[in-house]
Amino acid sequence: MRVTRQTLSLMAKLGSAILLSVVMSVAHAEWGLNIRPPVTKIGEDIIGLHNAIMWVCLGIFVVVFSFMFYSLYAHRKSKGYEAAKFHHSTRLEVMWTVIPTLILVALAIPSTKTLIAMEDTTQSELTIKVTGYQWKWRYDYMDSGFGFFSTLTTPRAQIENEEAKGENYLLEVDNHMVIPADTKVRMLLTANDVIHAWWVPAIGVKKDAIPGYINELWMNVTEPGIYRGQCVELCGKDHGFMPIVVEVLSKSDFDVWLKEQQGTQLAAADTGTQTDAVQVAAADSSAGGEMNMEELMQLGEKVYAQCSACHGANGEGLPGAFPAIAGSPVAMGPVSAHIDVVVNGKAGTAMQAFKNQLNDADLAGVITYQRNAFGNDTGDMVQAADVATKR
Amino acid sequence: MATAEAHHDEHHAYGLMRWVTTTNHKDIGTLYLLFSLLMFFVGGAMAMAIRWELMQPGLSFNPHFFNQMTTMHALIMIFGAVMPGFVGFANWQIPMMIGAPDMALPRLNNFSFWILPFAFTMLLAPLVLSWFGVGGGGPAGGWTMYAPLSIQAGMGVDFTILSIHMMGVSSILGAINIIVTIMNMRAPGMTLMRLPLFVWTWLITAFLLIAVMPVLAGAVTMLLTDRHFGTAFFNPAGGGDPVMFQHIFWFFGHPEVYILILPAFGIISQIIPTFARKPLFGYESMVFASAGIAFLSFIVWAHHMFTVGMPLTGELFFMYATMLIAIPTGVKIFNWISTMWRGSMTFETPMLFAVAVVCLFTIGGLSGLMLAIVPADFQYHDTYFVVAHFHYVLFSGSIMAMMGGAYYWIPKWTGHMYDEKMGKIHFWLTTIFFNITFFPQHFLGLAGMPRRIPDYALQFTEFNVISSIGAFGLGISQLLFVYIVYQTIKGGEKATDRVWESAHGLEWTVPSPAPHHTFETPPQISAADAHS
Repeated sequence: MRVTRQTLSLMAKLGSAILLSVVMSVAHAEWGLNIRPPVTKIGEDIIGLHNAIMWVCLGIFVVVFSFMFYSLYAHRKSKGYEAAKFHHSTRLEVMWTVIPTLILVALAIPSTKTLIAMEDTTQSELTIKVTGYQWKWRYDYMDSGFGFFSTLTTPRAQIENEEAKGENYLLEVDNHMVIPADTKVRMLLTANDVIHAWWVPAIGVKKDAIPGYINELWMNVTEPGIYRGQCVELCGKDHGFMPIVVEVLSKSDFDVWLKEQQGTQLAAADTGTQTDAVQVAAADSSAGGEMNMEELMQLGEKVYAQCSACHGANGEGLPGAFPAIAGSPVAMGPVSAHIDVVVNGKAGTAMQAFKNQLNDADLAGVITYQRNAFGNDTGDMVQAADVATKR
Repeated sequence: MATAEAHHDEHHAYGLMRWVTTTNHKDIGTLYLLFSLLMFFVGGAMAMAIRWELMQPGLSFNPHFFNQMTTMHALIMIFGAVMPGFVGFANWQIPMMIGAPDMALPRLNNFSFWILPFAFTMLLAPLVLSWFGVGGGGPAGGWTMYAPLSIQAGMGVDFTILSIHMMGVSSILGAINIIVTIMNMRAPGMTLMRLPLFVWTWLITAFLLIAVMPVLAGAVTMLLTDRHFGTAFFNPAGGGDPVMFQHIFWFFGHPEVYILILPAFGIISQIIPTFARKPLFGYESMVFASAGIAFLSFIVWAHHMFTVGMPLTGELFFMYATMLIAIPTGVKIFNWISTMWRGSMTFETPMLFAVAVVCLFTIGGLSGLMLAIVPADFQYHDTYFVVAHFHYVLFSGSIMAMMGGAYYWIPKWTGHMYDEKMGKIHFWLTTIFFNITFFPQHFLGLAGMPRRIPDYALQFTEFNVISSIGAFGLGISQLLFVYIVYQTIKGGEKATDRVWESAHGLEWTVPSPAPHHTFETPPQISAADAHS
């Protein structure tokens, strides 16, 4: 009975997939066969190189295999073809060594030129530091002294197939990385935990973000617009859920944006927006207000979205891989040990030190939430001041 | 020698103990081949799970489970299906092809096989245990096990590390045995330049194995001590270097790629002359090209890691060195086509597989050339373009060559002809579904779909649907292969000694099925008998 139901659901899934593909191909299919149109000079050089090699390869394939397929057609025993006896030819062998060598040299020259241009990060006008986290990105505007995290905003319900998927499914974030058009922007890439890789196809750059390393790349986007990409180095469970969105503004719009950010970042620090740890600490000491249980729980539930990737939406965890919070000895045990784990992380595991990502109020909220939600019901309240002592 | 007499001389235990205690190269070859087939289905089942998840946007499984599937699919296919499969061919064929009575070190041969079931039990244990609520499942950080992700992971990685050590011991012992056999046990007159090409490619492969398996063992041992004994080889927090892991891994990993393909080249080089009824074109250049590829394999490893931020000069060196590989590989393709040229061809199942391998492997080779061009590689790296590329060289290279080899030699092994019509159906289903599965992945990669993701943006839907449907077809078609092999072992038309009209080589001079012991008196090889 069970098997039959599984088979049926399998058939239904297959059927709906086929139907879906047919419908989509009629409606608004994106049968993209090639690299998408680039928006940088380097991107154009790359696609030029790509197209050149692809045509060379296709040409070689057609020429070489037309010999083979002709032979398959003509030199058959069933047609009474008698086998020849030859088994080598020095002239041919020299020819098919020399000609490919020449083709390779012809391909190597433009590739070398483009590569040299790509690796030249000098004379940039703006520097942004990119840090990969499990599983989000952080962008720091080094010259202006502010930065922010950028996290996936696609609702869980869309991913779990409970809601229709939006237009930018899995390629949407809360805070875009904003850069000015027609400007050489240098990026410094590193990571906080494991190796990530930063890639925006339309811009034509990709580089690994490696803990302990600082890699460099540069871009100069000519056209304002929004460009989307993804992490491309396997970085754990939610590797597929840390997109990159680059918003390119005209130079004047960018200046306005920059001023706005510099102003709001400091002010925002005590209202619960994620921001740089130093600023957080500074803002907290001036705020220092206590919250009641209801406020803490509301704030905590919101912040918990960051924890749910591993610990589950209902604190159930993933047995063996990620511990549960519901009924866990940490969430039910001593408060100070719980604060310590959340604030300072656990070395050698995916549990990060959240003191770098959240301010004291957020941390207090989320710890209180973990101690009282999912049936934990300890009744403990944690205040920002308690968290501050653990930093 | 009459079959009855040969049977009388077998001197082996019966039942299960025959297989446990056997030191006979043919028995051990059979064990290796059956083990490889089993692992092919275990790894294949995991591939089905991967394609099931990717058939539509949205999640069906937990991403952690998906990551275990991609990781273990690769480990099992590479170390469990392809490598033991080729060792199975080597065991059966090398002694018969060089006129030796057995492998040089028969007990070692038994040992190197029987390590494998334990190694793979170890590899699969954490996944199975997790179904019973024990532990966090198998390795999920990719078969490349990049640090620091693999330092962070659960005990599945420890099982994998110990399992890799066992596979490494097995491979090294097997490789030593093959080298010793080829160097010492050739029949009189079987000079090195008269060796069948399959034997040559395996000789080169065996040297590669001995050179790089210890490197992998070193890498995973450092990983183990980083995980448990407080070292910091790869952990930047302790002054270690995550990129060093990649350099060590790929110094093993690239020669490994040729370990997986050179014996396939050998099999193809045996099949094509037989069915073209014409000697292999350019024997010497085939041998030198194989050796050239093996040498180059040691100086191109960093092309797997162009995006780690190497110095410009490093990128240029590895780009040029990688492009060079196209030359000896091209020589091989041209030689195979020239062997077919003006032959008198027939298209039995082994030949169909051989022709498909030449054609489809070349597609993988050409996309490999594209991947060598560093600026373009920045767009291809870690996308489905790479996934398409390595399945074209590994599936339609290595695995289809093995299938061709199985059809080619199974009459000699079992004494029965396989069902030719069924064989051809299996070939066409495999080839067609393979292309439906993997060709669209080129487009997905160019459109920007990263590899190793469990869910994707909507513009990738159409080609993923096609790829998944192809994959299910490809998976189901392989059941037909098992059925054909089973039928052939059980019965079928009696095979002649020569089996194929124009088969050349010592293995075709012994009866079919090959008796338990062959060439106890070495044959004399003259120039006229040399390579087909």
